Amino acid sequence: MAVIRDVMPAFQLFQPNSIAEAQRLLEQHGQDAWVMAGGLDSFDWLKDRIKRPKALVDLSGIEELRGVRTTADGIEIGAMTTLTEVVGNPIIQQKYGLLAQAAELVASPQIRNQGTLGGNVSQDARCWYYRAGWPCYRAGGNICYADTPVGRNREHAILHAERCVAVNPSDSAPALIALDAKFVMQTPKGERVVDAEDYFIGPEIDITRMNILQPGYLLTAIRIPSAWAGAQFYFEKVRDRNVWDFPLLNVASAMMLSGDTIQGIRIAVNAAAARPLRLKAVEDAVRGKQRTATTGELAGKLAVQGAIPLQFNAYKVPLMRNLVKRAISGVEEATWAS
Amino acid sequence: MGFIEWATSPLGQNVPIHIAWFLIWVALIAGMLFLIVHVIYIRYFAGAKEFAADASPEIAARLPARVPRHSLVARAFHWIMAASMFTLLFTAFLPKAGVQFDWVTYHWIAGVVLTVSVVFHIFHASFFLDFWSIWPDKADLEDAWKRVQRFLGKPAGLPRKFAKYPLENKLYHGAIIVTGMSAILTGVFMMSRVRTPFFRRNPYLFTDMTWGLMYVLHGLAGVGLITLVIVHVYFAVRPEKLPITASMIVGSMSREFYLQEHDPKRWVVETLPNPRRGVADAD
Repeated sequence: MAVIRDVMPAFQLFQPNSIAEAQRLLEQHGQDAWVMAGGLDSFDWLKDRIKRPKALVDLSGIEELRGVRTTADGIEIGAMTTLTEVVGNPIIQQKYGLLAQAAELVASPQIRNQGTLGGNVSQDARCWYYRAGWPCYRAGGNICYADTPVGRNREHAILHAERCVAVNPSDSAPALIALDAKFVMQTPKGERVVDAEDYFIGPEIDITRMNILQPGYLLTAIRIPSAWAGAQFYFEKVRDRNVWDFPLLNVASAMMLSGDTIQGIRIAVNAAAARPLRLKAVEDAVRGKQRTATTGELAGKLAVQGAIPLQFNAYKVPLMRNLVKRAISGVEEATWAS
Repeated sequence: MGFIEWATSPLGQNVPIHIAWFLIWVALIAGMLFLIVHVIYIRYFAGAKEFAADASPEIAARLPARVPRHSLVARAFHWIMAASMFTLLFTAFLPKAGVQFDWVTYHWIAGVVLTVSVVFHIFHASFFLDFWSIWPDKADLEDAWKRVQRFLGKPAGLPRKFAKYPLENKLYHGAIIVTGMSAILTGVFMMSRVRTPFFRRNPYLFTDMTWGLMYVLHGLAGVGLITLVIVHVYFAVRPEKLPITASMIVGSMSREFYLQEHDPKRWVVETLPNPRRGVADAD
């Protein structure tokens, strides 16, 4: 692991109090700017002196970016809304409980008090070779230290690895994909709204980024439509330390049932690849079927098709299979398979 | 602003990791500058082509109306190589220019196609074509010197007409060999760093320094090829070169163009059916 050096490198600190001002600063400083939300990802990078931005734009003073608002078609959550606020919001609890469940399982209460929803979905990879400042692919180099016969890759990707095998560590991201959320960004060309699954990109597209944010871009809000409000939700996160850890894998699903028949479903997993994966093949396969252990079994098998485990993470294949199975058929119906 | 990007390896060693990406733009600008300078040279400075002697009427009379230049196999190689080269360049450099897509798979597949076609070309040119026709010889150098002297206004005899390939063509082929083989050889080793059906991933095949130098050489060859390809395409579409370009499609050129540019003693065209000599390798 990196040696914590504690003293951050010098940078210009900007603390705008409006989206417009933040946007102007980001455009002005371009690639030299670093956007800081709750600071939980940023301070690791800065204190380790691995990232050395010239300008840091602290979003904590922008009230417009905070809070949960109801809209004509659902809700809009400001990107700087803390995870604790998301968990405690009555509308989210009542209608979009999946997000509340996911946010409540992020790290520790202290971190949820400081961490924001926008920061949670936009955080960088946690691969320790990358975080230690080694010149890997994701850092702009030409090697993946984790994807070698002796690399420590227990937490890494089993799907869609492309040179880099780091995974996306967000818990809220798969929940937002399952809820069909839209991410709202301010860009130099104006507002841009994308589907939650399109916000994330894998290494095959850009190996140095985990999302589509570019210099000058600012994630301002996340909109959740009412289409899946009150659906049958399932969220499960598996981690090494249940009190405080990143996911080894998590799964989120939103299901519309008619009796025992699955009328509609959205399901996503994270920490299996460098981006949260919406399992469209699984959705298509189980739609119209009875919600049974057999259907869950089928979904689990389908979900892990194409998985290529690394030296130390083969356990993730049966883990993902079982999590998807449980997300479809429920914990009571699912039986563990190795 | 260096030409090479450096990083500190886990062992604390300062190692190169790749070329600086601004070299892509340098290569593009260099290619465009060459183009502009050449257009100006042709428009304002170049005199009419003058050659020492024409072919005798007897030789001219023996020539077919269409002089065979490139065999079907040679042409197929050329266009396969061209397609793979364009794919390699676009997949390598478009992502660096901001056009993002899943490029690695297309890149290594195009690299395999190029490698196989080049290996075939070496074999084909060595054993079935006139191998030496693409290499500069003494007559090329003597004639080039005469052309330089005449351009500078110094007294010199008239140069001979060209053999199958002019000296510039041969030098270009040499430059392509150097850059192309550098890209291919380094690329073959680099395939051991990505997931392909051919190699078991082994990033520790070489030291960090050797790998770094390999990536730098691959990058330098790549940006060099940007310039070379621009130059090649430019000459391919120049009006006075169109008969040569067309021969890479149809396989032959007109007797008139042949007699205008080429010396029948230096590029002997046998008028027998399926003449082997004279149907030399592709550029």
